[in-house]
Amino acid sequence: MKSTIRWAIAAVLIGISTITASPTFANNNQVNIYSYRQPELIAPVLNAFTEETGIETRVLNLRDGMVERLKAEGINSPADVILTVDIGRLMDIKDGGVTQPVSSTKINANIPEHYRDPDGNWFGLTLRARVVLASKERVEQDSITYAELADPKWNERICIRSGQHPYNIALIASIIANEGEERAKEWLIGLKNNLARSPVGNDRAQVQGIFSGECDLAIGYTYYMGLMRTNKNNPEQKDWEASVKVLFPDQNGRGTHVNVSGMAMAKNAPNQQNALALMEFLSSPKAQEIYAEQVFEYPISPDAQPSEITKSYGELVADTLPIVEIARWRAAASLLVDQVGFND
Amino acid sequence: MAKPTAKSTKTTAILKNGRWPAFGAGLVALLVGMPIISLIVMAAGGDLQSLIALSSTVLPKAAWTTLLLLIGLAIIAGSIGAISAWLTCFFEFPGRKIFTWALMLPLAVPTYISAYTFTEFFTFTGPVQSLVRQIGGFGSAREYWFPEIRSLGGAVLVLSLVLYPYVYLSVRALFVVQGRRGIEAGVMLGANQLRILTSILLPLARPALALGIILVMMEAINDIGAMEYLGVQTLTFSIFSIWVNQGDAAGSAQLALVLLFLMLTLIGFERWIRRKQRFNDTRQSSQLLFERIKLSGWKAFGATILCLVPVGLGFGVPFIILGNYASRYLTSGFSQRMIEALTTSIILAAIAALITVVLAVFLSYAVRIRGTKFTGFMVRFASVGYALPGTIIALGIFLPIANFDNFVDAYMRQWFGISTGLLITGSGATLIYAYVVRFMAVAEGSIDAGFKKISPNLDDAAKCFGYSRWQTLRIILLPLLKPAIITAALLVFIDSLKELSATLMLRPFGIETTAIYIHDLASRGRIEQAGIASLLLVLVGIIPVIILSRSMASDKD
Repeated sequence: MKSTIRWAIAAVLIGISTITASPTFANNNQVNIYSYRQPELIAPVLNAFTEETGIETRVLNLRDGMVERLKAEGINSPADVILTVDIGRLMDIKDGGVTQPVSSTKINANIPEHYRDPDGNWFGLTLRARVVLASKERVEQDSITYAELADPKWNERICIRSGQHPYNIALIASIIANEGEERAKEWLIGLKNNLARSPVGNDRAQVQGIFSGECDLAIGYTYYMGLMRTNKNNPEQKDWEASVKVLFPDQNGRGTHVNVSGMAMAKNAPNQQNALALMEFLSSPKAQEIYAEQVFEYPISPDAQPSEITKSYGELVADTLPIVEIARWRAAASLLVDQVGFND
Repeated sequence: MAKPTAKSTKTTAILKNGRWPAFGAGLVALLVGMPIISLIVMAAGGDLQSLIALSSTVLPKAAWTTLLLLIGLAIIAGSIGAISAWLTCFFEFPGRKIFTWALMLPLAVPTYISAYTFTEFFTFTGPVQSLVRQIGGFGSAREYWFPEIRSLGGAVLVLSLVLYPYVYLSVRALFVVQGRRGIEAGVMLGANQLRILTSILLPLARPALALGIILVMMEAINDIGAMEYLGVQTLTFSIFSIWVNQGDAAGSAQLALVLLFLMLTLIGFERWIRRKQRFNDTRQSSQLLFERIKLSGWKAFGATILCLVPVGLGFGVPFIILGNYASRYLTSGFSQRMIEALTTSIILAAIAALITVVLAVFLSYAVRIRGTKFTGFMVRFASVGYALPGTIIALGIFLPIANFDNFVDAYMRQWFGISTGLLITGSGATLIYAYVVRFMAVAEGSIDAGFKKISPNLDDAAKCFGYSRWQTLRIILLPLLKPAIITAALLVFIDSLKELSATLMLRPFGIETTAIYIHDLASRGRIEQAGIASLLLVLVGIIPVIILSRSMASDKD
């Protein structure tokens, strides 16, 4: 009797599972990607991968909660490869225990050591430089340091997005890592006092702030400049871009703060072989150039070249402090932002 | 063997004693409230470090901002909704017929799209400021003053303009049934129209006004997309910064619960204030014929303007900006992917609307026939999820269901060597569940108000004729509830259509809604490319608005 019921339940469940989804996501010819990156941006490089290997890719674009989702899905998770931006998120997926170490001589040869996890739980793919964007009209100097941003001469002249945004958190964390918490706090207060307006909008909106004359300096990633310059459908953004110049901070000192976008192999990847193939492909100079061309970021592989537009903004000397060292200070940076009331 | 017998005797007792409504309502409420329970479990798993650290820094400010936002919304959205309902119900002026339904149009615009388009409209390079510069001969933003839309005040304005229809709908529904009698009484007493509004109609409309305003507030509290864009740091913003930047999911669950508690207090306070009032109309509304008062001259003009402004801003501005984007993309904007996304959205929203309404009718009916405190509490509990940000609700849904999936899978593997994988989370079912949980408040509010308009004498009469509870509901109450049911279903449909954050977190591979499609294009600040899709979403949202207005028209005239 009991076993009959059990079989009946089993039959129903199997029936449902065949209707709802394939029970396991293992598929010889497929690789499943959980991504924090916009599908449109990664499509060209994924297409190149499919062309070369014949392996199909499926992308699920997420915003928040990837770690929690992967944890809850557990051994039945369909995810093979994780693509994400921001060092904080790369650290989170490792700390959350949802990745697995990958050891590939190919990848290790392509990605410099300070841009990957020592255990192979994640690898950087591109670099994004957090630079100062300055009005061509109203700012004469052609070089700058991060420390200078706290100088009263910029009083009410700087625009920046929310201090709690991960991009700014990483920047502040890098200041803490380089100069200690005390000085970082002083710096942040100085910067806050120089703001032309409360932090609002995204990086683009800060450039617009310069264009409109609200501020003279803005802090942002260079790739937004490339995206604005090539924005065919919103041509007014080309004017915003044209009104500013890129100043790479601390070029004669420790270098400009860079963040990474990266990849990892999911802990319970059902298609491990395909996942590895994709990760090796993404680390190759060829793929990095396709990717960098799309997103206007800097390829991490020293053998790959940034796009012509990215190059036109100048040479990048990046802060060489290991990125993991910077990421350690993220929570401290977030608290600091609240402490000084940066967003008020 | 003793235990199951005891249990079944108990079950029989429950059925016999007619306690099944309370029992069932509790069960439904539990299902709907499960995400909140799982948040409580999550919150209990962490320490209070983040919350303590925050309480000395941003929390007081964030709480203050949230409070101001809510008060601002209550005043602005409440006024727009109540005044437009008052005008279109009781007066005749140019355009009244059109406004009756057009006033609902902003409902179709998601807040994130509204925030974006309003910023575009009022930004330095937008049409308004360009005009200001042209007229004033200014060059730079520093040469003139212009209000910043990305501010608390701007947020109140933007949200009020798309959310006021909740107030308009509920107040109007009440005016249509009960307002005319109020006016008649006022006229007999020789009061003028303003006097009638302030001393008769508004007190009469208070439950409806409160319901509408509470929905607006909950919608505002759960919003993160629009608030982030407008740079307004509400408590919700802090929930995310704890989670995303400090990696403390438990801490964010704790704060979410604090937020929930505040919302419950607010609702409780409102109920406590009017605890002694009862609102049943014992007469049939069709008997209450009343001629609308004809306005002329500047009064008519004023009424038209008062209705035109909210529609023009709440719907017109997003429509113009999106239309402009869409026109640049007409050649490339339509894609197979977009059409599929739209179809998926419509199907999911329709199923969610159906389920939510059925459950809401059940819950409200249970309270009606067995209005114990416990049942009432369970129903409140079921609907409070609306005040939580979608992502947080999604988290509370995903964890237990994925655990269930894995439990079933492990069982099946152990006994049959077959893997069922992620049975529920691997399908679209979690999405529907999430919509039901999120929008139960919307449906429950409308249907509860609908029930309250029906005199309990009808139930008693039905009982005398030997009708069972079920027959009473089916034969007598449901036909009377029809307008409320239609309103509830369509509101849930529109809300589900627009839902973004929970969908993002919960959808499996291969399921894409229109909101997701727009998000994918817009997440790097390129919402322009999503112009056509956004417009389509808004247009699909209009269809139910029109159905709604038709049902309202047949309901009153």
